[in-house]
Amino acid sequence: MTISIKASIAAFAIAMAGTAAAQQLDGTLKKVADTGTITIGHRETSIPFSYYDGNQKPVGYSIDICERIVKAVRARLNRSDIQVKYLPVTSATRIPLMGNGTIDLECASTSNTLDRQQQVAFSVTTFVTGNRFLSQKSAQLRSIDDLKGKVVASTSGTANIRQINELNETRGLGMRIVPVKEHAEGFLMVETGRASAFVMDDILLYGLIANAKQPDRYQVSEESLSIEPYAIMLRRDDPQFKALVDDTIKALYASGEFDALYDRWYRSPLPPKGINLNVAMSEALKRVVAKPTDSGDPAAYR
Amino acid sequence: MAYQWNWGVLFAPSPDGGHTYLQTLLDGLGVTVKTAALAWLIALAMGLVVGVARTLPYRKVQAATAVYVEVFRNIPLIVQMFLWYFVLPELLPTRAGDWIKQLPDASFYTAALAIGMYMSARIGEQLRAGIEALPKGQRNAGLALGLTLPQLYWHVLLPNALRTVLPTMTSDCLNTIKNTSVALTIGLAELTAQAHAMQEFSFQVFEAFLTATMAYLALNLIVIVVMRALEYKLRIPGRAVGGRAAKGGRA
Repeated sequence: MTISIKASIAAFAIAMAGTAAAQQLDGTLKKVADTGTITIGHRETSIPFSYYDGNQKPVGYSIDICERIVKAVRARLNRSDIQVKYLPVTSATRIPLMGNGTIDLECASTSNTLDRQQQVAFSVTTFVTGNRFLSQKSAQLRSIDDLKGKVVASTSGTANIRQINELNETRGLGMRIVPVKEHAEGFLMVETGRASAFVMDDILLYGLIANAKQPDRYQVSEESLSIEPYAIMLRRDDPQFKALVDDTIKALYASGEFDALYDRWYRSPLPPKGINLNVAMSEALKRVVAKPTDSGDPAAYR
Repeated sequence: MAYQWNWGVLFAPSPDGGHTYLQTLLDGLGVTVKTAALAWLIALAMGLVVGVARTLPYRKVQAATAVYVEVFRNIPLIVQMFLWYFVLPELLPTRAGDWIKQLPDASFYTAALAIGMYMSARIGEQLRAGIEALPKGQRNAGLALGLTLPQLYWHVLLPNALRTVLPTMTSDCLNTIKNTSVALTIGLAELTAQAHAMQEFSFQVFEAFLTATMAYLALNLIVIVVMRALEYKLRIPGRAVGGRAAKGGRA
């Protein structure tokens, strides 16, 4: 009862304010209007997308995008008092926490795949990365065929390890593929010589190299095995909220601000350590910016 | 809760090669059982040695095994596993280190060794408690009869002490099985790791972890039944020491 009264008050307030009032609020927007808070799920070490800066505050490229979404939500509800709460999530907790309403947006580095769309929805793509491998320069590994018979690490449960497994079988490369739990551990495998290469999203590899003790000892392969579109994760079957999120990101792409945002996270020193990834915008991402899409099919990005 | 339950996902094809998610989880269960079995053998063997050494009448042996026990039971298992896996090969000569790094199934052997050593400290302590709980008279009587120390332990002390600690050993056996889940941190594709992988691919978190939970539960119940049967088979009727007494309660 109280909820519907509150909702009608909120709806009334919107009608008074003269914003797109005809539409009844539902889903996440209604929840945010009712509770006065919007909760953002973020990762702790997903550099430069979503991680803690020196003050344990979540920052990153995806967090910046989400801050724009929050601004749009405030404007849409015409309430500047909407509070933002941040909650750290892991790959195992993000789905339950989104499902039970603990978080409303997941702003991290989550790949949009067709399988995952059975469970959650994704915004339009915010970043495009490729599956490549990191190796020691001295090992002189350039293409996937150079990995024949080698020990190769990749993070367990990722699309990356799946692809390298498939390639290993189809091309008969005879690689020994070792699953590791975390990206940093995969890098450690290469650093200590336990593995010849670490297969992962290229942007994460650049981050690992930038963080290494001797960055100039490592290289990322030219050849890319696949394409992964990253997106903001939302609850499924909530078209009103998704439209607002998508429109916000599309507006960001259309405005001149996007280049500055890109440079801020990929071509400038990052907090807290001042590391610069120095990665130019990929052709695939340029295409997304020109023509935004929320497809989970890698073929849409070629 | 906006969660799409879909138990059918267990029979959907898993992306890591031609079989179903259920098969992936069962593969993980197989690795869990193998790792736990090897770890348990190591734990029993080392635990027996340590437990006996802790009660021997030699100060230096007692002190050395005390250090062993405190080192292995006071360092968190996950830290020990990292030390075995990442640090040990670096401390060895380069060639030996490289040989270890290139071993196939390195994470399996490392995990079994790390869990086995960790659990052996606990088993050793239990065995010590079991031996020390025996009346002093048993040791003295044995020595007075002219038994050597090995004979004393083999024929008198160990048969009694092991029967006493058998019920608590069941707990340790279960813990060994559950501790294998820590091995996912060094890349062992055991049950928990496979459940993680399944939820990453399908986003069906609860189906993945509930199935893994049921698998652990079933595995542990089997161990409990077997250990209970073992206790029953090894009991000495009418004795307070030695598992359960004959019917009608404890003697």
